[in-house]
Amino acid sequence: MLSTVLLQAAQNIGIGYGIAALGAGMAALGAGVGIGRIGGSAVEAIARQPEVSGDIRANMILTAALVEGAAFFAMVIGLLVIFMK
Amino acid sequence: MVFISSLSFAQEQAKSENSGTPKKFNAGKTIIEHVTDAHEWHIMELGEKPVAFPLPIIIYSSDKGLEMFSSSRFEHGAADYNGYRLVGQKISVVGQDGKVDDAATAKLIDFSITKNVASILLVMSILLYVFISVANSYKKNPGGTPKGMQALVEPLIIFIRDDVAKASIGKKYKKFMPYLLTVFFFILVTNLLGLIPILPGGANVTGNIAVTLTLAVFTFIITTINGNKHYWGHIIAMPGVPKWVLFLLTPIEIIGIFLKPFVLTIRLFANIAAGHIIALSFFSLIFIFGEMNTGLGFGTSIVSVLFTVFMLVLDLLVAFLQAYVFTLLSAIYFGAAVEEHHADHNEDPAGHPAHVDQNQQLLT
Repeated sequence: MLSTVLLQAAQNIGIGYGIAALGAGMAALGAGVGIGRIGGSAVEAIARQPEVSGDIRANMILTAALVEGAAFFAMVIGLLVIFMK
Repeated sequence: MVFISSLSFAQEQAKSENSGTPKKFNAGKTIIEHVTDAHEWHIMELGEKPVAFPLPIIIYSSDKGLEMFSSSRFEHGAADYNGYRLVGQKISVVGQDGKVDDAATAKLIDFSITKNVASILLVMSILLYVFISVANSYKKNPGGTPKGMQALVEPLIIFIRDDVAKASIGKKYKKFMPYLLTVFFFILVTNLLGLIPILPGGANVTGNIAVTLTLAVFTFIITTINGNKHYWGHIIAMPGVPKWVLFLLTPIEIIGIFLKPFVLTIRLFANIAAGHIIALSFFSLIFIFGEMNTGLGFGTSIVSVLFTVFMLVLDLLVAFLQAYVFTLLSAIYFGAAVEEHHADHNEDPAGHPAHVDQNQQLLT
């Protein structure tokens, strides 16, 4: 029931934009939580072992970049929805 | 349902009214125009007239041959030249009836020096100048204290060598250093030039998916060529895994080979493009509010400029970080391709994974 309503709504251009924006927003939400956890854990780890802070920082940036990549996938798909419409 | 559809209908009506009055400021259109590639280097607008730096247009068509002329002949899309017309930023063939001939346009091959190409050439000459002068000063004064440009570039090179190449590739890092350094400095300088809003910069080169895809394909080719038996063995038949799991795992690993350059492409493209779009959006706010009320526009401009400066400072960090991440991930892929059968890490009998292994665990 809900899906048919959504499908009908998606045919409408304004709602399509809204859903695309919602998708990008949800991806940003997930990535925000992920990057926050990475940053928090990294700071904790550095506080415990300051002598390996360089290694921890490099791994933190790398992991954050990978999480960010997933969010950007969602964002690009959202943009595609808008441009293909 | 009815309510929603009537709401969006009202929106569409509002849209068509907007397009009826061309003077109205269209934020989306302005942003897209600034972010995409162009045949001229837009500087500013004096009243209704755009001021732009013209760039050469080089096109090849099977019946007319190779043609070369300045993009100023099109007068910013207002005039036709030699049977060609600028539609948006695309060169199109005009037929006998004065309309765009789509079939002939599709056959056109465009080699033009566009804004992005000009910007890449500029970055290339900057890099050549900097690195040739630095190399010469090393020749003149071997082993001496770095001076001037040397002092700027040396810490970055050492950083890439020690923290990126040696840490992720291991013993065979020397072979990959030229590529890693080239890619790092190219991305860094293009990102930084893109942040300058006026003529020498402002082109959204690394925010163009074609450019980032090309860079990622280089990484992909180098990884594939250098992949040793150990690397391919892990992709085709992961050792120590039951046979039936391989039916699942091997396709995933093979998709993974192509996914890695794809993610590299998207990450750099989306980061830089998003930075440009956000900065432009804050500026657009001034004009959107200014159309409602002049005083409101001035009021918004203070907030807008502050936010834009903040975003640009953040983008300075992003410019460096994305160059670093691209180089680091490339180095890790190369490291995975050339890694021997854990011969390098056997000093640690307790089984603590070395730096490289940690990175690989993250990626799989």
